[in-house]
Amino acid sequence: MSLPPFQLLLDEHGPGVFRFLVGRVGPEAEDCFQETVLAALRSYERGRVRPDNLRAWLFTIAANKANDHHRGQSRRPVPVEDTPDSAAPAPDHEPELWDRVRRLPPGQSAAVLLRFGSDLSYAEIGRVLGCGEMAARRRAADGVANLRKETT
Amino acid sequence: MTDTEGFTADLAHQLGHNDSDRYDIARSRTVAALADEADVTYALTDSPVGPLVLARTRAGLVRVSFGLDDPGEVLSDLARRLSPRVIEASRGLDEVRRQLDEYFNGQRRQFDVDLDWSLTSGFTRKVLEATNRIPFGSVSTYRDVATQAGNPAATRAAGNALGSNPIAIVVPCHRVLRTGGGLGGYGGGLPVKESLLRLEGVLR
Repeated sequence: MSLPPFQLLLDEHGPGVFRFLVGRVGPEAEDCFQETVLAALRSYERGRVRPDNLRAWLFTIAANKANDHHRGQSRRPVPVEDTPDSAAPAPDHEPELWDRVRRLPPGQSAAVLLRFGSDLSYAEIGRVLGCGEMAARRRAADGVANLRKETT
Repeated sequence: MTDTEGFTADLAHQLGHNDSDRYDIARSRTVAALADEADVTYALTDSPVGPLVLARTRAGLVRVSFGLDDPGEVLSDLARRLSPRVIEASRGLDEVRRQLDEYFNGQRRQFDVDLDWSLTSGFTRKVLEATNRIPFGSVSTYRDVATQAGNPAATRAAGNALGSNPIAIVVPCHRVLRTGGGLGGYGGGLPVKESLLRLEGVLR
């Protein structure tokens, strides 16, 4: 079974992947998205990629790029004057829910975004995060519980 | 609906929403880098004979297809036969588009673009290469191109080869007619063949 043209994959899943990256890395989503799609295109050949779940494959690359960005940020020295007083500044119109999701522990943040923002199944989320389906359910549930705690 | 269901429904509603302007900008920023990395790039364009799909590889123009079917079919065919690393990017095809515009405006009689013949082989390629030598405003026959391709008797095979021409208009299969007279066939439909021959002054 051959792979579909990459552009069609991008057209179908690009918005969902971008939305996920906005949730994970905020204003760095544009950079992260470019890295994700470029890395995906580079490895997009028969034998290296299975055609049976290309969405999960694409999101896996995105999730790893998002983690790389977070790790990079904590290692990069930031001058004291430039330190933001909260998480990365959100665009003016962005509701604070996105901000709170972004500040969850990374595993919960990713699971919540994948489940409720991009409608992936728990089995897919388990693949994307490399944690298995049960852990994916737990992370999503814990994420939701934490978000609800903050509202009350 | 329980409290939790209501909460998660609300979550899905908020988190499932894209800022489409922001996405469009993010997307357009990736095009150049993706195009550099792709094996096949394509553009959709309009013409006096209808919508066209143009595709190129690093070697050159590899496909000009009438957008009769879903472009998706043309792209899937390219993905299967050449490479799945197919990206939409008009940049590398602007020159071809310009030359096609000039051709349709009566300002150009000869295309000057590198061609990638990868989608053809054997006798078909020989037939199409012979066809590519037929000048603007002239015509040939199935028998003649079969002869040029090395097999004068293979007129039906020549017809099939022309029918499978992947680079329409630029490789002028429209200039090949039935040996005994009569227009013959055309992949893009006979009305298009007639339009092109009229444009070139072959038909009135």
